[in-house]
Amino acid sequence: MSTIGGMRRVEGREKVTGRATYAFEYAVEGAAYGHPVQAPIARGRITTIDAEAALAVPGVLAVVSSADPPPLGSVEDPELAVFQSPQVAYHGQVVAVVVAETAEIAREAAETALRIEYQAEPHDVVLRPDHPRLYAPERVNPAFPGRTEKGDVEAGLADAAYTVDQTYTTPALHNNPMEPHAAIAAWEPDGSLTVYDSTQGATAHRDTIAAVLGLRQDQVRVISRHVGGGFGSKGTPRPHVIVAAVAARAAGRPVKVALTRQQMYDMTGYRTPTIQRVRLGADEDGRLTAIDHDAVEQSSTLKEFAEQTTTPTRVMYAAPALRTTHHLVRLDVPTPSWMRAPGECPGMFALESAMDELAEAAGIDPVELRVLNEPAAEPESGRPFSSRNLVACLREGARRFGWDRRDPRPGVRREGRWLVGTGVACSTYPAYRRPSSATAVAEDGGYVVRVAAADIGTGARTVLTQIAAEALNTSPDRVRVEIGDSDLPRASLAGGSMGTASWGTAVVRACEALLKNGGQEGRADTSEEVAAGSAFARHAFGAQFAEVRVDADTGEVRVPRLLGVFAAGRIVNPVLARSQFIGGMTMGLGMALMEESFVDPRFGDFLNHDLAQYHVAACADVQDVEAVWIDEEDPYLNPMGSKGIGEIGIVGTAAAIANAVYHATGRRVRDLPITPARLLS
Amino acid sequence: MAEITLRVNGVERSLSLDTRVSLLDLLREHLGLTGSKKGCDHGQCGACTVLIDGRRANACLALAVACDGLEITTVEGLADGEELHPLQAAFVECDAFQCGYCTPGQLCSAAGMLREPGPSAVTGDLTEDPALTAEEIRERMSGNLCRCGAYVNIVAAVHRVAAERAREVAGR
Ligand code: FES
Ligand code: FES
Repeated sequence: MSTIGGMRRVEGREKVTGRATYAFEYAVEGAAYGHPVQAPIARGRITTIDAEAALAVPGVLAVVSSADPPPLGSVEDPELAVFQSPQVAYHGQVVAVVVAETAEIAREAAETALRIEYQAEPHDVVLRPDHPRLYAPERVNPAFPGRTEKGDVEAGLADAAYTVDQTYTTPALHNNPMEPHAAIAAWEPDGSLTVYDSTQGATAHRDTIAAVLGLRQDQVRVISRHVGGGFGSKGTPRPHVIVAAVAARAAGRPVKVALTRQQMYDMTGYRTPTIQRVRLGADEDGRLTAIDHDAVEQSSTLKEFAEQTTTPTRVMYAAPALRTTHHLVRLDVPTPSWMRAPGECPGMFALESAMDELAEAAGIDPVELRVLNEPAAEPESGRPFSSRNLVACLREGARRFGWDRRDPRPGVRREGRWLVGTGVACSTYPAYRRPSSATAVAEDGGYVVRVAAADIGTGARTVLTQIAAEALNTSPDRVRVEIGDSDLPRASLAGGSMGTASWGTAVVRACEALLKNGGQEGRADTSEEVAAGSAFARHAFGAQFAEVRVDADTGEVRVPRLLGVFAAGRIVNPVLARSQFIGGMTMGLGMALMEESFVDPRFGDFLNHDLAQYHVAACADVQDVEAVWIDEEDPYLNPMGSKGIGEIGIVGTAAAIANAVYHATGRRVRDLPITPARLLS
Repeated sequence: MAEITLRVNGVERSLSLDTRVSLLDLLREHLGLTGSKKGCDHGQCGACTVLIDGRRANACLALAVACDGLEITTVEGLADGEELHPLQAAFVECDAFQCGYCTPGQLCSAAGMLREPGPSAVTGDLTEDPALTAEEIRERMSGNLCRCGAYVNIVAAVHRVAAERAREVAGR
């Protein structure tokens, strides 16, 4: 594969030599270490905080807690209102920070000398579909209606020749970027603050941190040049950064705070567990007569985060009757948040599993069933698609995968101990775009492009270099792109797969302005261009094919082949795009087979809060994963003609694998992950 | 506190250290060698992998004081001046990383692995040194997690270097 064209990462050399600097690694003169302390109860209040012994430990500089709440400004996100109240909203909520000369001393004092007593109250941490406090959220992330309905769903189901009515569940999942969330906070003598943070967006983080600390935006600078993954969990500031800032103020020194892997499970967000009921009806020919998709999910008592789990169902298939709904319950748990393709990822597991069940019930090939139900326009809104090449993805994938040789009967192929099967599922993800600004300047015989973008492993720095070079009609080696700093021109987040579209538009416009202004300098702000919106429904699509082998004795599932075929507009850099797609599919493989955060009903915490117990896919789990794409020209997107590719890779993977497991074994597993225990039970 | 002396990337370093300091924190917080990464601090992810006397090890699981007198190689010590180590060059060429946070550990792990003789759990014939096939590499590199999911490219990069070495050995 190394022979395929495409520029390699511009920061590649820095990353392989260890010179790329991540948040915790900046050499800040005189920095002390902060160790966050977490609540050991899931609900209740702090009755006593006694820091005397901790402060007496040699080397301890300060203890900050709600015993003496640090003054904050306006806090919109209650997760960031650190040390403001003695109330405990969830197990693992941060209740204090110990600052010391070294990390070892801070931890020792926090764990052995700081005395905090609690009055615990009964807690409620388990999501169930019959929870008495379930309610229907008005809006789901970020601002979609919680409920949509068109046509008569019940009549469509009643008239159907074939129906499916099943419940699918996905567990709580943790993003687990390899770089733990970390920040260094340094106050300047003039009252301004510099933060080295691990973020998916320096501008938005700067704005939030400034508001929370009661500072002006120009008093805060967030630097985040390299980020060790985020997958959504670094999309909003996390408590540790506010903790670092108030700790630094208290200690009168810069303070470094890195969450431990265990602490990340409570303080950095996670994917809500879901319980989804899908009802499908189809006529004799397999044409859908009704789709009904409901999701039950959780949020914290602190704030409402309602995942948009059933929104992909508004996009996928033609049906005269279509209803999508969400139900939420507020539990004594940390607030769930974004994890790679929030909504699409768990939602499509349910929908695409149900489609496989419908194909079986109707005796139709699963690829053909999807082709048959291809809509002419976006099903829920009726808007035309700017481009939609799902059928082409299915056809191309079927051809490459050898789908035509597939015997549809489940559980009939055996090679020694192994039962073999194949499955298919579709992927989709919206093509978003947000306002950003950028500058382009002629400097030192080349060009410097500045935009407060973030490269969390996506390849943004490289792709923006290519985009700028193309717009300036020069070669990429004459362009330097500066990102990852809130002092650069305002830019949107690396999230929602919209980085390239948002920042790329600003970069192109800035470069165009430079060329128009005599070649010296150009600037652009895309607020107006982006606000103009579009009459089109804009989404990327894909089809994923999986081959699995299931050990008939142990229930172990192996995945010898995964193929994804995507239609995502113009692919700017094929090498990096392939990495994004297969990276998403690899995470999807983990979701299908091993990832699961267990909630302990008794103590209210995540039991398996480390990488020895929460299993992400390891090298030996991942065999032949390949991603290809079809050429797609779409003039209704942005100057690059690109759709986002960071998230679609994880959408549909788990369903493709689950469908293949059914084909291999004849056992339909509707609850992720597909563990040996579930297969053998 | 304890006095220790060790060689890091060929340079002798003497320090006075809290005995609780791990080798990883010695490198990152005391020597400013932040190439070695902390992903878990519990020996569960491999991001901190370094070579101790030429063998790969998790630096987060080694107490610095236990490394007195030893020779440590970190990712900063792999290249020969400006000339990248063949593994580093192959990682760039094969796009074997995304965020890059697991990468130093992957590289040190691969460098150590290429020198490790003997069979693994997936070797068929236990009496011979197996060829480093993709399957062998996947097995031997499974102590290094990559959440970005770059495994396919990591295996391709390591395989490329392993194959070059095998050809060199055969040509001798
Ligand atoms: S940091 Fe050492 S193994 Fe994870
Ligand atoms: S490259 Fe990001 S964890 Fe491996």
